[in-house]
Amino acid sequence: MSDVTSAPGAASIPGDVSAAEPQARTRRRFRPNGSMIVMVLYLLFLMLPIYWLLNMSLKTNAEILSGFSLWPRNLTLANYEKILSDPSWYMGYVNSIIYVTMNTVLSIVVALPAAYAFSRYRFMGDKHLFFWLLTNRMAPPAVFALPFFQLYSSVGLFDTHIAVALAHTLFNVPLAVWILEGFMRGVPREIDETAYIDGYSFPKFFVKIFMPLIASGIGVAAFFCFMFSWVELLLSRTLTSVDAKPIAATMTRTVSASGLDWGVLAAAGVLTILPGALVIWFVRNYIAKGFALGRV
Amino acid sequence: MNKTVNQKAWFLVLPVLILVGFSAVIPLMTVVNYSVQDTFGNNVFFWAGLDWFRDMLESERMWNALGRQLVFSGIILAIEVPLGIFVALNMPKKGFWASFCLVLMSLPLLIPWNVVGTIWQIFGRVDIGLLGYVLAKLGVNYNYTQNVIDAWATVIVMDVWHWTSLVALLAYAGLQSIPDAYYQAAKIDQASRWKVFRFIELPKMAGVLMIAILLRFMDSFMIYTEPFVVTGGGPGNATTFLSIDLVKMALGQFDLGPAAAFSLMYFLVILLISWVFYTVMTNLDKRDGV
Repeated sequence: MSDVTSAPGAASIPGDVSAAEPQARTRRRFRPNGSMIVMVLYLLFLMLPIYWLLNMSLKTNAEILSGFSLWPRNLTLANYEKILSDPSWYMGYVNSIIYVTMNTVLSIVVALPAAYAFSRYRFMGDKHLFFWLLTNRMAPPAVFALPFFQLYSSVGLFDTHIAVALAHTLFNVPLAVWILEGFMRGVPREIDETAYIDGYSFPKFFVKIFMPLIASGIGVAAFFCFMFSWVELLLSRTLTSVDAKPIAATMTRTVSASGLDWGVLAAAGVLTILPGALVIWFVRNYIAKGFALGRV
Repeated sequence: MNKTVNQKAWFLVLPVLILVGFSAVIPLMTVVNYSVQDTFGNNVFFWAGLDWFRDMLESERMWNALGRQLVFSGIILAIEVPLGIFVALNMPKKGFWASFCLVLMSLPLLIPWNVVGTIWQIFGRVDIGLLGYVLAKLGVNYNYTQNVIDAWATVIVMDVWHWTSLVALLAYAGLQSIPDAYYQAAKIDQASRWKVFRFIELPKMAGVLMIAILLRFMDSFMIYTEPFVVTGGGPGNATTFLSIDLVKMALGQFDLGPAAAFSLMYFLVILLISWVFYTVMTNLDKRDGV
């Protein structure tokens, strides 16, 4: 830009190109005012309900029900203590983390070679297969709830972590394949060919050269597998009863059972948001790409 | 990218095929199986042909659920898409504040769906929730568990809260990819802000916006958890969308035949939209590839 403004004869170009820079600066100074108000309002709208959950989680149940206050009068961590000390609560988190991790590892491991095949080769039925995978990402879990229940009951996997992990591969494997393929197509083919000329075998090339090149893609795919498995409730609730009951199901069952303890429920909610909130900074630039299946 | 033909690539795809085949094809076959059979219990089944499909097509219950579903998806798209574009246009372009906005905006996307429900369940309560309390103080007779309109409003606002950021993030990604030269050309032509949006930003965003719209449509079309937690499909059946109705039928009443027929028709709709999505995606790839 500075090159253009200092270019000889720039002043003679109609439209006053040399003035573009100062004008842009005034526009930039002016526009944020309107934009800032919009963004502040929008972010306020997003944050208020979350703040309210946090607020509730730091109150005792008596305080919640006795009166209305914008912030906790006597701050208490009792709700969190209850969750972290009561096995019926914290086991929900443990169960969720177990099946989510299993699912993420499984999805990424099988998706890596497949995504490579889709990004590098043409083979019989590749397009149909790619489309079929997409339909599974789009499939409504409600359609699969009952057949999954019967399938996993009949093979004796009902109420195990493996059942939920396998069930979630229905949408997570396609997701991982699509995202990884999106990243892999950005890696030039020449790298593959050079590696083969250098005498690398395919597995060695894949692990030692190719995977480091798409490390960020693997990270993003893993993050999204983790997230989609973490937020899913219908299938994980249908496929578990006691031993592998996820935190999401624990929360809904508490609502329908004995008298509501809003404080504990809110605290449980806050704890489920934490894993996402902790890693969000690292994936911030890839969130759009991940949701758009690697296509942005 | 020019790909080489290599049939051995099938071996690389095989694990995915087996895994997804196991968790997609077998269950789907079960559904097909149930949809053409009837039972008197005791696991004795007999052929029922297409009776269940005929029943479902004549059942008012399914058409009502479908109607509610379409109205819901229509409303949230009509709100989220313009709002998302508007927010994206107002986001900071770079620097710390851009990242800051990105992070805060992504937060609702990463909250477990049932917790989204719980948040709004609490938020909307007249006695303990900020929204419900303020509305009650303002003299609005608001009660999302009793009043149909309030329930709808709550579910829609909840979805807007949950997913508008997705549209915004995609639109933002589309905006970021517009080279500066376009804006400079517009400036030389003295184009108005509206014209810049209409003739530069909107066409350049069209691809990602299409993705956003289709994703939102698909996901809203199979929404289950959030309204289930907040309203439980009520009051009455007012917020019973397709998935909620299907789960009620299949797991609640164990009406396997009708539920299976319902599932298959539901799945066909999804398949159709997936195909549109796929076509859009591949066209986008082709355009980028050139």
